[in-house]
Amino acid sequence: MKRIAFRNARLVDPASGLDAKGGLLVENGRIADIGPRLFNDAEAGDPEVIDCRGLVLAPGLIDCRVFTGEPGAEHRESLESASAAAAAGGVTSMIVMPNTDPVIDEPSLVDFLLRRAQATAKVRVLPCAALTKGLNGETMTEMGLLQEAGAVAFTDGDRTVANARVLRRALDYAATFHALVIAHAEDPELVKGASATEGEFATRLGLPAAPAIAEAMMVERDIRLVELTGACTHFGQISTRASLEVIAAAKARGLPVTCGVAAHHLALNELDVGAYYTFRKVRPPLRCEEDRAAMVEGVASGVIDVIVSSHEPQGADTKRQPFASAAAGSVGLETLLPVALSLVHNGDASLLHVLGALTAAPARIFGLPTGTLAKGAPADLVLLDEGEPFVVDAEKLHSRARNTAFEGRKFQGRAVKTFVGGACVFDALAK
Amino acid sequence: MTSPNAAPILGSKHLLGIDGLSPSIVTELLDLAETYVVQGRATDKKTALLRGRTLINLLFESSTRTQSSFELAGKRLGADVMNMSVKGSSVSKGETLVDTASTLNAMRPDILVVRHQDAGAAELLSRKLDCSVINAGDGAHEHPTQALLDALTIRRHRGSFEGLVVAICGDVLHSRVARSNLKLLAMMGARVRLVAPRTLLPAQAERFGVEVYTDMKSGLAGADIVMMLRLQLERMAGAFVPSTREYFRFYGLDREKLAMAKPGALVMHPGPMNRGVEIASDIADDVQVSLIAEQVEMGVALRMAILDALARGMT
Repeated sequence: MKRIAFRNARLVDPASGLDAKGGLLVENGRIADIGPRLFNDAEAGDPEVIDCRGLVLAPGLIDCRVFTGEPGAEHRESLESASAAAAAGGVTSMIVMPNTDPVIDEPSLVDFLLRRAQATAKVRVLPCAALTKGLNGETMTEMGLLQEAGAVAFTDGDRTVANARVLRRALDYAATFHALVIAHAEDPELVKGASATEGEFATRLGLPAAPAIAEAMMVERDIRLVELTGACTHFGQISTRASLEVIAAAKARGLPVTCGVAAHHLALNELDVGAYYTFRKVRPPLRCEEDRAAMVEGVASGVIDVIVSSHEPQGADTKRQPFASAAAGSVGLETLLPVALSLVHNGDASLLHVLGALTAAPARIFGLPTGTLAKGAPADLVLLDEGEPFVVDAEKLHSRARNTAFEGRKFQGRAVKTFVGGACVFDALAK
Repeated sequence: MTSPNAAPILGSKHLLGIDGLSPSIVTELLDLAETYVVQGRATDKKTALLRGRTLINLLFESSTRTQSSFELAGKRLGADVMNMSVKGSSVSKGETLVDTASTLNAMRPDILVVRHQDAGAAELLSRKLDCSVINAGDGAHEHPTQALLDALTIRRHRGSFEGLVVAICGDVLHSRVARSNLKLLAMMGARVRLVAPRTLLPAQAERFGVEVYTDMKSGLAGADIVMMLRLQLERMAGAFVPSTREYFRFYGLDREKLAMAKPGALVMHPGPMNRGVEIASDIADDVQVSLIAEQVEMGVALRMAILDALARGMT
């Protein structure tokens, strides 16, 4: 029986509201005990003892929006390389999007992903299946069989289902299986060809741009369909105040909707594109400062349930181009926690609240047993130093892709050790 | 006679946009261009100022005028000029712009003139190449030499820019010429107006210190200069405007609309023109009001001045 004793920790468990000093015992990959006086006495017998030196011990992070290149674009990112980045970022579960080649729209492909993850990944990989076949926006997938194969949710990833009739039926069908649908809200025609948010800055740079309302108007449509169908719907990432207000109103009416925000939409605004910096080209594009501030408010108020990385690996071939022709996306697994902690350092929200948006909230939305320090839960843990200053250096990232939007940015706080099922998958001091 | 060792004019080794310029730099450039107007009208048009230097015209978009203007400017100053059309070659093979830049860099050009369909392309190349880069148009961003040649043309007729009312009319949204011109003219003290239907105006255009008009007659009222922009064919049929005949009726420059402008107002167009779409033929051909042919002549002189100015920084 494998036992690990964590002593002298600051235990932070958003699921129970715990934020106190104490210790934690792991047995056979699960949390066996937790308490304020656990292992206060040095000799705890046979277990391996980890002295946390007062650092925060929290549930491992669950990143609800990760794109990898497997299958189909392993030269950009494999499950293995993404999981190494995740582990280094304190992320113990990656919910991966089905936008691969081939698209994850068949039960056998879900099975393939899970087996590949089992064989190569350091952290848990939870696959989403496509909502429509080949992401075609027309034909719904075999949600029942895909769910049985292990799909945790259904989504067309970064594509919007433009056809309201198709989405209405897909939501109705998903509701039949109590399946979660993840929506991407961007009017595809309104944003066609755009690479920036319409406004003075985009005009100045001469970039093709789309109005920010392209997002809120689709959120509004989708919420009407949620009301009609009752399907649990999660907006993968929102980025504007208008969307936030629509979702807040829907929640107030008791509709089963939740939403996330990408770390880069919390930390950057449209001006950060500077002189056509393609590593800061993301989708939806960076917004105005007012929208960025609204995203921080949304996390603080709880209208935004989760913070995600929207990790999207790109290579030199897709990023070393003029802005409008470059691919969108930033890697983010290793900067998710530091960006989130910046909200704590800026006094926008408490550590308990911010970690909740990375642990307890995603576990609740996706129905996962992780994201908690409760006895009996899987021992997915992160030991983090919330005060450690560092500068993001793309060369030191663990991802195969290095397209970080945060190159050279200064942050405070990151993962020191990461455990999945009680096994150490990352140790910052080991190198 | 200027030489590469004469006093530098530009503060940078590149000309990427109007943003890096100042009124005094512009005045110096225009003064220098005037000397090249004289040279261009002489029997012997050629000097050896840039002998031994290599100028590459790198065109990702076809552009007969700008290419020939730069080619002539380079040749009249004695440089070796090479034209490279990349449209449908390396790019379609999947090469990134940065790779293209490295390849060119290895050929050791002294000056690269670049035209590209994406905003920021010239800026990206300037960061990756050792030579001077001249932006000859990047997406809907800037086309600084066009704005400078327009300024040269205006100055020759009006003497100065202070208080001049310049109406820029047409497809402002997609126009790099409009962006460079409004920046330059506003910087030189002119009052700039934009005139277009709302589908062809960029977001928050009024934030650029210009007056925005959707009614052309009001927009032209009291204007000293009417600057027309080209409407691309693919934008005429229902996407941005319903038809060419409707566009001409409301936004095409005809005698009736021109009559609203100040008596003696002058008409400009960066070319190539769509007669009967944005401009009536009789106005385009009326040498009393149209500066269109003169703009082309000024283009060569101005570009010679730019090449001269950039060469001064080289050793």
